[in-house]
Amino acid sequence: MSKILIRGAKVLGGEPQDVLIDGGTIAEVGSGLSGEGAEVVEADGKVLLPGLVDLHTHLREPGREDSETVLTGTRAAASGGYTTVFAMANTFPVADTAGVVEQVWRLGKEHGYCDVQPIGAVTVGLEGRKLAELGAMHESAAGVTVFSDDGKCVHDAVIMRRALEYVKAFGGVVAQHAQEPRLTEGAEMNEGIVSAELGLGGWPAVAEESIIARDVLLADHVGSRVHICHLSTAGSVEIVRWAKSRGIAVTAEVTPHHLLLTDELVRTYNPVYKVNPPLRTERDVMALREALADGTIDIVATDHAPHPHEDKDCEWAAAAMGMVGLETALSVVQETMVDTGLLDWAGVADRMSVKPAQIGRATGHGRPVSAGEPANLTLVDSAYRGLVEPAGFASRSRNTPYEGRELPGRVTHTWLRGKATLVDGKLT
Amino acid sequence: MQRHLISAADLTRDDAVLILDTAEEMARVADRPIKKLPTLRGRTIVNLFFEDSTRTRISFEAAEKRLSADVINFTAKGSSVSKGESLKDTAQTLEAMGVDAVVIRHGASGAPYRLANSGWIDAVVVNAGDGTHQHPTQALLDAFTMRRRLIGRDAGLGRDLEGKRITLVGDVLHSRVARSNVDLLHTLGAEVTLVAPPTLLPVGIETWPCEVSYDLDSTLPKSDAVMMLRVQRERMNAAFFPTEREYSRRYGLDGDRMARMPEHAIVMHPGPMVRGMEITAEVADSDRCTVVEQVANGVSIRMAVLYLLLGGNEPAVTHPRTEEK
Repeated sequence: MSKILIRGAKVLGGEPQDVLIDGGTIAEVGSGLSGEGAEVVEADGKVLLPGLVDLHTHLREPGREDSETVLTGTRAAASGGYTTVFAMANTFPVADTAGVVEQVWRLGKEHGYCDVQPIGAVTVGLEGRKLAELGAMHESAAGVTVFSDDGKCVHDAVIMRRALEYVKAFGGVVAQHAQEPRLTEGAEMNEGIVSAELGLGGWPAVAEESIIARDVLLADHVGSRVHICHLSTAGSVEIVRWAKSRGIAVTAEVTPHHLLLTDELVRTYNPVYKVNPPLRTERDVMALREALADGTIDIVATDHAPHPHEDKDCEWAAAAMGMVGLETALSVVQETMVDTGLLDWAGVADRMSVKPAQIGRATGHGRPVSAGEPANLTLVDSAYRGLVEPAGFASRSRNTPYEGRELPGRVTHTWLRGKATLVDGKLT
Repeated sequence: MQRHLISAADLTRDDAVLILDTAEEMARVADRPIKKLPTLRGRTIVNLFFEDSTRTRISFEAAEKRLSADVINFTAKGSSVSKGESLKDTAQTLEAMGVDAVVIRHGASGAPYRLANSGWIDAVVVNAGDGTHQHPTQALLDAFTMRRRLIGRDAGLGRDLEGKRITLVGDVLHSRVARSNVDLLHTLGAEVTLVAPPTLLPVGIETWPCEVSYDLDSTLPKSDAVMMLRVQRERMNAAFFPTEREYSRRYGLDGDRMARMPEHAIVMHPGPMVRGMEITAEVADSDRCTVVEQVANGVSIRMAVLYLLLGGNEPAVTHPRTEEK
């Protein structure tokens, strides 16, 4: 593999420097590096970050290839600046065996746009009754370390306890979709002022918070790691903050859309805003931003959830839940966290690359931008502003809530172990 | 007025009063030997019912036929929310057939809003009840009934319900009738009180333009009209209240309770009534109970709404009045 010189990039938002890639590795970082024998990329003061890592992606393959495939999903990921995605287990068949996770992992390798790290189901068929073969999935070629029944909550306290205990044997983590099922029967949106008016079934904050409270106590009791998926309420932030102050090994993620959008948008009854957990209130949004800034929430994860047009172009009740997010995540984080002064670019690198890689044990990702490290890198034009145009998405699905909205920032280049997957905003 | 009627909250005071006044004129048609106006001749209206409701459908159908519209009834019972059933496809089929207005009843809140605002069709959309969201013509017919009873048929013309005290009792949580009534009655200047066990009031109700009480007995003496909402027996199994008897004791309207209401006060019910649980036979059959009038008034209100949305700019009253004179 040839040499690449990235000239004049603000590494983690700092002073402009040159970064020389040789093969799959960063050879040198400094000023005035020679571009001899190297392909030169003029960065012009763009921000250089370690390749982003998404701990929460739905690639839909196998089973719903009409929504997304490993290929289209990883192309979307590369477009968004990601070099690793963790693929959720709620596929058809469910990723609850070594065979399925290896298939997904291998497809990622073959396509080469992004490393795909499968997440294994906690229970067989996501049914919440019987533990899946967690050990076999870990020992497979995919080396699964993160387990989740995402889409469904592991609501049985005993099953959750056992899963937390069991994965300790191989350093795994259980990622919980915190949703008390009885409290959310018939739920279609956040329960509050807007749901009362619209007559849509309410998803109360306490249904999330009560599960998080239970799970941090369980994790404490058995001495295991628990990760909270898509945390969405101010109350959840308080619980995680308390748990961390007690030394409990809990980590948490927030989605870009929960950092920006509120349940007021549901007044349009446009299913593009239908998502689980639902969009919450302005107060929740502000609490989530604060918590991401102060580290209570560890990471941003997209919960990229592609759906075909017909599953959204219908009445609210019939619509599928979820939004695509890989290609807009960094822009939303810039808008809500960087441009508001809550987080600098080093902070973004931490929340969107370093920490998610650590939680998911994705060695080789989320590394410092320095000599000797793997050349997984993302170059961002932070001065750019433009309208979101879903027609240009690499994802097979277009269910974005940001269509026609102006967002800042644009990923121009992505390198996966020194190989460009995105050049000047175009996939290779 | 707006192009569609989706929510009672979309109506201004003047819109609402215009509809009520127009309905008074429409009501006169019912008193004539030939109960028909040529107003919507040549217009096609489809009654698109995804959810069973014989009463509402017949009421709309009667209104449409009295205005000489061509009527298509489309029933797609029970299939609406299941995957594979597409509201969009159905709507576009009807549009292709040249439908001028769609009267839609749907089990999902917001379905009429989507139909009107998604660019799927051009026809006028009238919400005939959506999920637990809105049922605006029901609220209009209720307001019409109140205005007639509490102010008077002719005396009420041009007037709203300023200062009238209206109490709604029962399952507010699941009631589109309650939501529509709170919006419309507030617009018309009435003071609304909702009475229900806390389990049957939605979280977030504190922002509604009304009072909320858990105590029926203290509310009754201050009420000009008491509207009982239907309580489904299955709510009991979902633990919204302990037993039917307990509900009845605390929130049912019987003769004793009715006696605590001011003498002029009326009892209303959107129907169908569950006698014995929310209302006793004694109350239901008393002359203070307006259930049957509400049904009759429903036709007048729906005529008025369809006329105003489809009929153009001339007052509806021109034809019958000229003829009467």
